[in-house]
Amino acid sequence: MQFDSFSAFLDMGGYAFYVWLSFGVTFGAMILLVVLSFHQHKGLLKSVLKEQQRQVRIKEAREKSHASSAR
Amino acid sequence: MWKWLHPYAKTENAYQLCVTLQPWLWLGALLCLAVGTVWGLAFAPQDYQQGDSFRIIYIHVPSAMLSMGTYVAMAIAALVGMVWQWRTAYMSMIAMAPVGAVMTFIALFTGAAWGKPMWGAWWVWDARLTSELILLFLYIGVIALYGAFEDKQQAGKAAGVMALVGVVNIPIIHYSVEWWNTLHQGATISKFDQPSIAPEMLWPLLISLFGFAFFIGAVTTVRLRSEIVRREMHRPWVQKLAQATSENS
Repeated sequence: MQFDSFSAFLDMGGYAFYVWLSFGVTFGAMILLVVLSFHQHKGLLKSVLKEQQRQVRIKEAREKSHASSAR
Repeated sequence: MWKWLHPYAKTENAYQLCVTLQPWLWLGALLCLAVGTVWGLAFAPQDYQQGDSFRIIYIHVPSAMLSMGTYVAMAIAALVGMVWQWRTAYMSMIAMAPVGAVMTFIALFTGAAWGKPMWGAWWVWDARLTSELILLFLYIGVIALYGAFEDKQQAGKAAGVMALVGVVNIPIIHYSVEWWNTLHQGATISKFDQPSIAPEMLWPLLISLFGFAFFIGAVTTVRLRSEIVRREMHRPWVQKLAQATSENS
């Protein structure tokens, strides 16, 4: 360890603001990117499923109306 | 020689490859970033001139190098898409673009936060800084151009041309510190003779660099999977996949 105490570590030799700002924004941006990417993927899969169910419903409705018009 | 690559032109195979690679990439990213950051912040020796402010190097240099690396990878993907008419190549191109843009933003931001205590200014219109800012605009341009087309095959071609043309900016960024008088210091590790950094400072930097590289790979696989699902929505295998995921959750 390069620092004598934990508070010295936090102080970063007087550059605390710049060092912690950099690391904070960096990892904040990276985490945000990860969260958004996963969120997007989940949403997409959900919308695929929705679209699929809609197609099934359309098909069923069509068959029903065919059946009733045939009678 | 490139025959092993051919199956991955098929989206289903590319998707499966992403799924297989992903856990390893995340593991590598987490491990390397944790080790590199802790080592760099707490255990690496102080710089004799810059004191502890130099510790920003452990995120600034990896993100800056890989913002260029990702751009080159993106341009190669665009070239492959154009030459061999691979749809998956365009998909990987657009999967990489936002990741590279975030890396460029990080490089610019950490550079500003390092410049303020060292140079006394958050920003100067210096060759290195300006060319890196242009890189950010190139990424944003590629993303915007791709988004502007309804037909995604056309979108891939247009954005691909832009990505390829933008490659001229990469050597400009790299050599900007040599070609122009600049506030920015010269290269630290990418010099051909000897890196101008002590080994006990270099090791955490290299580990950090690998961490960022793994991270970019991991996020790209996630985004590529999304892009494939978006483009192949009506394929049976995607529909099966969507059903399987909804049953699991």
